[in-house]
Amino acid sequence: MNAPEPGFSAPVHWHWREDATSRVPYRTYTDEALYKEELERIFYKGHWCYVGLAAEIPQAGDFKRTFIGERQVIMVRDNDGAINVVENHCAHRGVAFCQQNFGKAKEFVCPYHQWNYDLKGNLIGLPFRRGVRQDGKINGGMPADFKLEDHSLTKLKVAEKNGVVFASFDHEVEDFDSYLGEIRPWFERAFDGRGLTILGYSRQRIPGNWKLMQENIKDPYHPGLLHTWFITFGLWRADQRSQMVMDAHGRHAAMISRKNEGGAGEVTKGVTSFKADMALQDDRVLDVVPEAWWKGPSACMQTIFPSLIIQHNVNSISTRQIIPQGPDAFDFVWTHFGFEDDTPEMTRRRLRQANLFGPAGFVSADDGEVIELSQVGFNQHPDYQTITELGGREVGNTDHMVTETLIRGMYGYYRKVMGL
Amino acid sequence: MSDAKSSAVSVELRLRVEDLYGQYIACLDEARFDEWPDFFTEVCIYKVMPRENYDRKLQLATMAAESRGMLIDRVYGMQNTLFHQPYYQRHIVSGLFVRGLEQAEGAQRILTQANYAVFRTKQNALSEVFNVGRYIDTIVEDEGRLRFAEKWCVFDSELIPNSMIYPI
Ligand SMILES: [Fe+2]
Repeated sequence: MNAPEPGFSAPVHWHWREDATSRVPYRTYTDEALYKEELERIFYKGHWCYVGLAAEIPQAGDFKRTFIGERQVIMVRDNDGAINVVENHCAHRGVAFCQQNFGKAKEFVCPYHQWNYDLKGNLIGLPFRRGVRQDGKINGGMPADFKLEDHSLTKLKVAEKNGVVFASFDHEVEDFDSYLGEIRPWFERAFDGRGLTILGYSRQRIPGNWKLMQENIKDPYHPGLLHTWFITFGLWRADQRSQMVMDAHGRHAAMISRKNEGGAGEVTKGVTSFKADMALQDDRVLDVVPEAWWKGPSACMQTIFPSLIIQHNVNSISTRQIIPQGPDAFDFVWTHFGFEDDTPEMTRRRLRQANLFGPAGFVSADDGEVIELSQVGFNQHPDYQTITELGGREVGNTDHMVTETLIRGMYGYYRKVMGL
Repeated sequence: MSDAKSSAVSVELRLRVEDLYGQYIACLDEARFDEWPDFFTEVCIYKVMPRENYDRKLQLATMAAESRGMLIDRVYGMQNTLFHQPYYQRHIVSGLFVRGLEQAEGAQRILTQANYAVFRTKQNALSEVFNVGRYIDTIVEDEGRLRFAEKWCVFDSELIPNSMIYPI
């Protein structure tokens, strides 16, 4: 780019309806300056971002590299068993010294000048700090007032909640339980402190704005329409007993539902994705076995603003991390997991059902496809706006899924944070 | 690696194996997906899996099937249930070799490996590298032809460019 970007001096007002969020201006998804401001106000300040599961780093020295916003961070277990999150950014020359996604370390050493840090991120030494003796005199060295403790890695505030690890660059951020707010019981339903086992990862880059993925999992309208498997086999559709729940800010949400038998009914009339005669050759993919921890509902899809989706759908469970890559793309990292007390049969069942979820998933590959196509539309008409009015223009919890209330809730919060 | 074992593979068998790969990728690249499950035995393993999972012995696959029936369901799923932007695939396979031979229940199993690259071409768009990796396969004689009893598509590509719809 030749011309410098204009600064984000004053919040821009782009035709938001005065006090509603039922229309979202397309520029919200495309503007470069707004995106930079989102990184500052949402990903780097005032919010908790997902970094991983404690089970990914079971032993002292185990680490995982990941991202908060566009910044690289390392989640590492130290010798006291505590989990620390530090920025992958040497205090000396800014080098992203860690170049493995997973590994084991006794300390972190920057390859450039060998500054070394302990597993809590403290600078513990650097070469030639006291100079080099030659011909009876000391050459060089750091100034006398140089203090190691002033040059730690950037240490993030860490919250480990029942095996799930969040971090924040903002040490003033509210405590994690109050951050979750009214969503906490649903979070604790999936993560009640039992040990987790990691089944594996999927990574995709979706060419759309990161908020579209939050919207997708705050949108109970589409699953029974876009996703044939959901409506045909009764995994998610509008005639089910369901609940849409938000925290008081409207930023986090849970979509909760109970599967039914599927088949034809009022909600399949005129729905072209419904396939009355669809039958599986090998139905082990849908060999659903209810689990006690569900306490009823067969699905609970949570959005923890801004960076995490927690998927429980039948026997498949995963975390999905959102890593923004500019205004028009994000990386989507899936970590499928199970519980330590799973039988081998349950593990196999979770792995089979994973065919429904992920970059090739029967009910999620198409979410990425439609997000990409929404972004195409946004790029072409910066002055247009979306329509988010199913179930009205107001925001509130519901006991049905024929609504876009959760999306409106998120944008109410977003407007406040962004000053829009 | 067992040179002694793989050298026992006749030239004729090697040519049949090579032909199997040619037929397999032609089937996919020409989008004759209904014929694709027939390249596998009735009970089989088909996995498309990120290399990080394979190397760390994590079991999650991007696509996984354990029977020809599941492969048929995958074809039905992608053709009739998954909304997607259509694309052409073009597979390039190279470096095919026989890793060894195994006897299992009186039948010979041919263990093979090969590199693959898949290019994706969407309508009105430039061709792009979609997925690169290797096949780690097991081939058997079945009903007078060679079929895959196992096909592991272990891909290097760290990120799937949005979604993966068609098999590799
Ligand atoms: Fe969806």
